[in-house]
Amino acid sequence: MTDTATMPQLVSFGRRLRRFMADRPLIPLIILLIILVAILQVLRPGIVNERWLANTAKFAIPLAILAGCQTMTMLTGGIDLSVGTVATMSAFIMATQIVNQDPTVAFLLAMMPAVLIGLVNGIGVGVFRVHPLIMTLGTSLIGTGFLQVYQRTVIASGARIPDFLNWLGTGVTYGFPNALLLFVPVAVLIVFMLNRTGFGRLLYAVGDNERAARLSGVRYWQVITALYVLSSLLAGITGLLYIGLIKAPSLSLAEPLVLPSVAAAVIGGTSIFGGRGGYTGTIIGALILTVLTTLLTILQMPEGGRRILFGLIVLFVTAAYLRIVEDR
Amino acid sequence: MTTNPLPQSPLLDATGVTKNYGAVAALRTASLSVLPGEVHALMGANGAGKSTLVKILTGAIKADAGRILIRGQQLDIRSPADARRAGLLPVYQEPALIPDLDVLSNLRLTGTPVEPFRAWVRELGIPDLDIRETARHIPLAILRVLDLARALAVEPDVLLLDEMTAALPANLAEKVLEVVRRQGDAGRSVIFISHRFVEISALCDRATVLRDGATVGVVDIEPGVEERIVEMMLGTRIEKTRVTARAANDLAVADGGRPRLSVRNLQLGTKLNDVSFDLANGEVAGVFALEGQGQDELFAALAGSIRPTGGTIDVDGAPVKFSHPSDAIQAGIAYVPGDRAEALAMQRSVRENIALPFSAALRKWGPIRMRREQMVVSSAIARLQIDTRAQGEVQRLSGGNQQKVTIARWIAAGARTILCFDPTRGIDVGTKQEIYKLLRELASQNKSVLFYTSEMEEVQRVCDRVIVIFGGRVVDTFPVEEADEAALMRAAYGLPRGAKADVGILAEVKPGSSAEAAS
Repeated sequence: MTDTATMPQLVSFGRRLRRFMADRPLIPLIILLIILVAILQVLRPGIVNERWLANTAKFAIPLAILAGCQTMTMLTGGIDLSVGTVATMSAFIMATQIVNQDPTVAFLLAMMPAVLIGLVNGIGVGVFRVHPLIMTLGTSLIGTGFLQVYQRTVIASGARIPDFLNWLGTGVTYGFPNALLLFVPVAVLIVFMLNRTGFGRLLYAVGDNERAARLSGVRYWQVITALYVLSSLLAGITGLLYIGLIKAPSLSLAEPLVLPSVAAAVIGGTSIFGGRGGYTGTIIGALILTVLTTLLTILQMPEGGRRILFGLIVLFVTAAYLRIVEDR
Repeated sequence: MTTNPLPQSPLLDATGVTKNYGAVAALRTASLSVLPGEVHALMGANGAGKSTLVKILTGAIKADAGRILIRGQQLDIRSPADARRAGLLPVYQEPALIPDLDVLSNLRLTGTPVEPFRAWVRELGIPDLDIRETARHIPLAILRVLDLARALAVEPDVLLLDEMTAALPANLAEKVLEVVRRQGDAGRSVIFISHRFVEISALCDRATVLRDGATVGVVDIEPGVEERIVEMMLGTRIEKTRVTARAANDLAVADGGRPRLSVRNLQLGTKLNDVSFDLANGEVAGVFALEGQGQDELFAALAGSIRPTGGTIDVDGAPVKFSHPSDAIQAGIAYVPGDRAEALAMQRSVRENIALPFSAALRKWGPIRMRREQMVVSSAIARLQIDTRAQGEVQRLSGGNQQKVTIARWIAAGARTILCFDPTRGIDVGTKQEIYKLLRELASQNKSVLFYTSEMEEVQRVCDRVIVIFGGRVVDTFPVEEADEAALMRAAYGLPRGAKADVGILAEVKPGSSAEAAS
């Protein structure tokens, strides 16, 4: 880290700045977030107020949790594309089962497909070495199919959003969205897990050099199976939160969040090749994407143009960020 | 330098071939002259420059200086295709057929005539080859023979065979040698690279010996010449290095009792045949071998990376079966691979790399006790004197420091037996010394080390005892006092010990008998 110290006079300011950024990758992200908010304030003076902040947080939170799933899987060199389907399934099952069931039973039923899909993903990737992209895409499609079958069986009973989820998803207490009650513990847990637990260490180690991990006695399939089950569980919980926010159960409820969740993790500095990254960056990445969406919405462009611009900005930001941070 | 000038002009004549990699000279003034109709052996110890010379001759890399004449014409060989046009065709150790194509498509790809190929395949002892078979499904030994047949089918002037008989069963090897011999009778030349004196004496007319990147001699193959060849390969280092027995050696003997590790009749495909030895507590046992004699497989099997196909391993007298490296680690056996990139998570910190084995087991997945970990890691870092200025990412460390991290990991984990595979490859002299010292220290703490090295000097510096492996067998075991360089080199080439005068060059090396003599 201090090899710049050997020849200080030769190191230009730009290089020192880059070195600084490389050691603290969060700083450029935070700067970008502040710039986006500033642009928003300039375009619509007064828009950035307490209500707007709470609203942004509400929409950023489900994205941030799903992006947490991506962060963890990407650290091992994987990806979890089934999070959208899992979240949708949990939400849909919860909303339909709550009509006739006890809330606890409905909750357990809602989390069942999450555990199942996570287990199948984990075994497929960890034991049978199917590529995570294919594996999770496959289980995602299968899950969607099952959901369609399930929908026919409950068509008569209808659906209802439980009050608690409604409160959690949309409620605001003293200016703070209630969703933070869920998000803060989840975020703390993920950050703690990645930095301070054996399991977290293994995620990084397996993603950096699987062979080295193996020679150190790590059993790959155990780590991967646990990881994908955990990822699916988080996705399931996100689904419950999201249905409280959107309030309209559908068969593609959380699907639009899947690719942004990958983008948030990548923008946050997690390498899709594994071994590098962390959750704090991902959270800021999710905030950036949410603010960006608002920004594009107020530009009053047609939907198509908005998407094109969104894609371009994500591409540009990611490429630029990696150039700044990857100091080598 | 030709000792026996013949009237013919050489078919291939390379002189003054030089190749530098940065400051390292891989070849300096190497020469090789091959006569028509000759089978010519190319010999040299590990790192003498054989493979560099071969790569230059076949156009895989370009020489910095030197002259290569083929049939008296100077040719500029820039690519393997150029070499092929000039009539020079190699058959390498690794099979060269494209695995996903069938044999016929592979032949078309290289423009090899099919009928002569079939004829050669039959000649080489494979009567029933299905030419439509996908290369992937053909066993390795057969693939190597097919590579040879493919080369023979285009009738090259000079055929270059690199360890041709290495992975072959005896009946195929015999056929191959027969065909190669006849190749010479037909007026074509063969350059034959081999570590096996038995084959060389049966097959070759002359041998060129390389040492430290230079040609040190060309000899006619005649009875008794292997002594001269060994001397040439060793050069001035032939004088006996005196090594005194170590104190730790006595300790190991005094310990008596059960050996820490006891390997019996270990077998692994064609790579390991019947390997047996013991490793005592408090001992550093060296494994010395030429490249590719089965040492990689031996270490992998002991580390639990691959399962042996036969034989037993006992740890502290109790039989074990390793199905995963974690089983070996459980038994206190740690493996330090030669390639550091294989052992380290390069983007992670020194601390995480050293502490990696701590978290491996399922029950250690919970919160890490950071203070305690810090203490254990720091003491390992201090013990190995790792330079931690760039500890944020292991990839920023120097090679020597990286190697120290791979060893520190197992010191911190308290492994009782360390399998070190060529741990000093490509690192600086200072760090080498530190590693030697460390291994001796471990032995004095009653830990045991199995230490593979390709440098003879290291055997004498570090080991109590040397196990020599040749062709997947333990061919000799001797205490370090007797392990002077000549003895090691002879043993590594499978030559029987102390039988210079009695045994002619054509005498078969009987691994069984020498292994008995050793134990």
